Amino acid sequence: MDGLEVTASWYLILAAALFAIGVAGVVVRRNALVMFMSIELMLNSVNLTFVAVSKDLGLIEGQVASLFVMVVAAAEVTVGLAIIVAVFRKRSSANVDELAELKG
Amino acid sequence: MTDLLWLVIAIPLAMATINILIGRRLGEPLSGILATVAVGVSFVLAAIPAVDFIAGTGEPVTIRLFTWIPTMGVEAELLWDPLSMLLTLIVTGVGALIHLYSIGYMHGDERFPRFFSFLNLFIGSMLILVLAANYAIMFIGWELVGLCSYLLISFWFTKPTAAAAGKKAFIVNRIGDWGFLIALMLLFASFGTFDFGVIFATAPAVLSVGMATAITLMLFAAATGKSAQIPLYVWLPDAMEGPTPVSALIHAATMVAAGVFMMARSAVLFELAPATGVVVAIVGVATALLAAVIAMAQKDIKKVLAYSTISQLGYMVLAIGVGAYSAGIFHMTTHAFFKALLFLGAGSVIHAMAGEQDMPKMGGLRKLLPITFLTMAAAWLAISGIFPFSGFWSKDEILAATFNEGGVFYVLWLVGVVVALLTAFYMTRLMVMTFFGSGRWDEGVEPHESPASMTIPLIVLGLFTVGIGFINTPFRLGFEHFLDPAFQGVAHPEEMSAALIWTLAALTTVVTLGGIAWAWARYRRSELPAESGVWWRRALGGFFVDDFYGDVIVAPSRAAADLAVTTDEKALDGVAYGLGSGVKSLGTTLRPVQSGKVRSYAGVLAIAGIVLIVAMVIIGGGF
Amino acid sequence: MPLLSWLIVLPLLGAIVVALLPARRPEVVFPVALGVSTAPLGLACYILWVFDAGSPGVQFGEFHSISDTFGLSWTLGIDGISLFMVLLTVILFTLSIAASRSITHKTKTYMALLLVLEAACIGVFLALDLLVFFAFFEFVLIPMYLLILIWGSGDSSRAALKFVLFTAFGSAFLLAGIIVLSILAGDTVGTASSFSFFAALATDLSDTAQFWLFLAFGIGFAIKVPMFPFHTWLPDAHTQAPTAGSVVLAGVLLKLGAYGFIRFNLTLFPDATVQLGLILAVLGVIGIIYGAAAATVQPDFKRVIAYSSVSHMGFILLGTFALTSQALGGSIFVMISHGLTTGALFLLIGMIYDRTHTRVIADYGGLAKTMPIYGGIFLFAVFASAGLPSLSGFIGEFLVLIGSYLTLPVLAISAGFGVILAAVYLLWMYERIFHGPVVNPKIEALKDLNFREIAIMVPLVVLIIGLGVYPKPVLDRVQPSVEIILDRIEGITGHEAPEFGRDGDLSVQVSADSVNGTNHGDGDG
Repeated sequence: MDGLEVTASWYLILAAALFAIGVAGVVVRRNALVMFMSIELMLNSVNLTFVAVSKDLGLIEGQVASLFVMVVAAAEVTVGLAIIVAVFRKRSSANVDELAELKG
Repeated sequence: MTDLLWLVIAIPLAMATINILIGRRLGEPLSGILATVAVGVSFVLAAIPAVDFIAGTGEPVTIRLFTWIPTMGVEAELLWDPLSMLLTLIVTGVGALIHLYSIGYMHGDERFPRFFSFLNLFIGSMLILVLAANYAIMFIGWELVGLCSYLLISFWFTKPTAAAAGKKAFIVNRIGDWGFLIALMLLFASFGTFDFGVIFATAPAVLSVGMATAITLMLFAAATGKSAQIPLYVWLPDAMEGPTPVSALIHAATMVAAGVFMMARSAVLFELAPATGVVVAIVGVATALLAAVIAMAQKDIKKVLAYSTISQLGYMVLAIGVGAYSAGIFHMTTHAFFKALLFLGAGSVIHAMAGEQDMPKMGGLRKLLPITFLTMAAAWLAISGIFPFSGFWSKDEILAATFNEGGVFYVLWLVGVVVALLTAFYMTRLMVMTFFGSGRWDEGVEPHESPASMTIPLIVLGLFTVGIGFINTPFRLGFEHFLDPAFQGVAHPEEMSAALIWTLAALTTVVTLGGIAWAWARYRRSELPAESGVWWRRALGGFFVDDFYGDVIVAPSRAAADLAVTTDEKALDGVAYGLGSGVKSLGTTLRPVQSGKVRSYAGVLAIAGIVLIVAMVIIGGGF
Repeated sequence: MPLLSWLIVLPLLGAIVVALLPARRPEVVFPVALGVSTAPLGLACYILWVFDAGSPGVQFGEFHSISDTFGLSWTLGIDGISLFMVLLTVILFTLSIAASRSITHKTKTYMALLLVLEAACIGVFLALDLLVFFAFFEFVLIPMYLLILIWGSGDSSRAALKFVLFTAFGSAFLLAGIIVLSILAGDTVGTASSFSFFAALATDLSDTAQFWLFLAFGIGFAIKVPMFPFHTWLPDAHTQAPTAGSVVLAGVLLKLGAYGFIRFNLTLFPDATVQLGLILAVLGVIGIIYGAAAATVQPDFKRVIAYSSVSHMGFILLGTFALTSQALGGSIFVMISHGLTTGALFLLIGMIYDRTHTRVIADYGGLAKTMPIYGGIFLFAVFASAGLPSLSGFIGEFLVLIGSYLTLPVLAISAGFGVILAAVYLLWMYERIFHGPVVNPKIEALKDLNFREIAIMVPLVVLIIGLGVYPKPVLDRVQPSVEIILDRIEGITGHEAPEFGRDGDLSVQVSADSVNGTNHGDGDG
């Protein structure tokens, strides 16, 4: 398999693909839980980017940043899931299109 | 002694303050007596240093009190010269008599102490005006006497006419004061000071004829307000709503003469502006004529005297116009005595008639009010100009000076003589309707002579009315030379030959006697003539000048004010509210964008991100 | 001791004290509030006492850096102009609190808000850091908004909103101007930005920069003044505000804009001042006539006084932009005097409103008969407002008229006409309220002023007479600060102010120390 060296670009292309899937998921799907998972996908694609670039440039900051992202994602999941559960209990549905009380 | 001159002003002002604060506790006669004494003390304080001038040894002095407005170099300074001395003595002397008279006249009034407080305030203000050593200080006095005039005209303010008359007087005067203000601006721009000494000394060098004309015209505009000349005379007849002593003091003897005084004080400036002189003379003589004609038809005794005052002021203004400043001041002096006397006499009559002011309801009072009649008769002869009463000397001097100018002034002189005729007519009409014939009183009216506090001032003024003219006769022009220091080298009018003077005087006297005879023949009957002709009615209504001003000035001003309010509410607020509702409708238009659908927000966000990246690639050439 | 900081802090402390008073003792709120409001009054009087009258520069300077990078600092200072603005503020606030006896609804909040407002107003006059100035300038809106909204009468929410929106609109421009200026000034002193007034003073601004900055600052101040045609918020706000609100609004808040014009526009943008001053002076004169005309036909007497304020403010604008020492000193005097006379009129109106709860002129008539003391004091205030010589109103207007004639003769003559109109609308209003027979039976039963009300009016009456008869102490302190501004304008633009009547001793140069020195705490501070 020579000539086929795995460079930072491969990781970045993978990250971009994951990010695009995540965006598509958020825009297309109606279920809040699935949208949530798509957002996680986008966050992780960013993590991948951070780590890849960090490795490529030999800087540690990128990996630190990815740890921060993970912490924030964990916190976000906690709050977000709690909200989704609360909404589901109240309306027995997790369809985000029905949640439009705050429209202008 | 001049060191204490500030006390002359301060004592009446202090007494005014005391009466405002604790007058009610001082009670009825006491507050009036104290006020009278205060003015009397002022008179004495002014009379002591005045002796020097009368003896011919005095020198004009300027007394500096304190710095008023440092940024314009305005000092609170008093000028003590023959002119201010004369006016100070008239104001305090006549003022004290009228205060004394008022103690009787205002007896029983609820606001007795307040009245004396205002009178004292007036005396103080008038003294500021006459003693001022610069135009700025003079303007203080000028405005303050206007304030006092307002306060005293509307003294009986529950009467709507009195309230309106006070307001009218102040506002009309303020229109004239606009002229004074403009004159002050011009003076400051030209001289950098308001000081009389500096201005009069440097004026011939500093002022161009145009500037001098502008300044003097503006000063004259101010004088038409205060001294009730065309076109601003309309406030004075209404001012008769005030108590009669007020009419005597303010609206006959002193305040209304302030305009004449101010112009005489500015003699140096008027000498530099011959064109103004012509305007002043024409306005003066026209006012004298118009007011005399209106006076002929008035039925209210005070209204006759009010128009007569306007007419006499016209004479004084004429004197200023022809450059006979000392003649103007002389007439002002004699007029102060005889007109104050006439008003006080009229007040005595009104008092006796229980408030009746309508002459057709009087008559036959000669026997019942002997002192009032005799003193008023002296004033009647004085104002008509009968030898040797005071008015004869002063009025003839003005007419002679006018005649002496020649040219167009012959016409003015002729009009002046006609005014003398009319004056004799309306004064005789007043005397006959009031004192002669049979009583045409309303039922229940029992005329009686006034108390001593009222008759004593009448007698004193009567003596002056007879005698004051002798201070300046053609034989002995003491007065003119006495005033010389005040006029700072303004040349005397050319000397006239004695023969001419006496011829003119004789002519006027004949005309005057004709006027008296005419009125005597017309009114000394059992039945009063009807006076119902169209000219009588027009004259009685003052030729409806007030209505004219109402239509031409007041109504359009009202409309302009309404327009301002409409502009505010519609146009200006319209723009503001328009902006507000514009923002609001913009928001309404954009509202659907905020659909509340999370997915559409996310979609927009994604598309925007893509557009942004593409744009950066295109514009920035990549990352 | 940082005297000036204390001047701002004392009313704030007072507000806290009032707010902490026990809710079950409402009767102590009034005396306590009145008591604490005398503290800044006393301090301001002390500052007046030790103020160096001859000095043109800033005194009692204080400087504490907040951020060196952005050039932001707590810089305070007082000169002849701000000295009297501060004195006016503390006097009027104390009197307004004394006049608020009749407030029974949420008294504590009311008094606390007034004291907070006082601190903010003092802050505006003392601040020499542009951002701190702006912060105070804007902060004034909040308590005033609440005062009008909660304790106002009639359509008070609309009036309060209008007041805030109008001023906030102008402030947006002011803020933009301040930021731009701070960046330009930052270049001068070598930091990212500098909000220091002295740094701005030392900055050499191009004509274009001056033009736009003048406009940005100018719009902010013109709305606050208010200048024609931005004045329409004023009659509504004045009319609906409670008595103390009206007094403070007319007496102090309007002066913030006028003060801003003098302190910033004139001082910092001299070229633009010479270029654009004429327009503002013209608008000022239009305001004089227009305000007076509109005042004559108002049916509500608070609106009459409100429009009279528009008219008086026109004199201030004319005097400010005539650029002569007499006129500029005069316009500051008008500011002081207008605060006293209009304050007195609003206090008096408040006293009668407490009794009758109507402000419609037609409901009155013959009031001088039933309330002679009230009528007398009211008449005094009317004549003071109409500019009667020997009272304070005259001095300022006279200086403005005479001074502005030297550079703007036509405008000065037109403005003189406003003096007549003042007599027309004020006397006509007085006649309808106080003269004539008593028709309304409610008027018949009214009681004259009580001791507390007379005690409120006495200081104003004394000050109005005192300043009218002997204005020298004020003018002597104001004039050096005025000269320094005009000399700077002359030095930079070559615009010559006519020299007549100008005292040579008073002309003072803008010196290097007055620019740099105060940064390190000039004077006693």
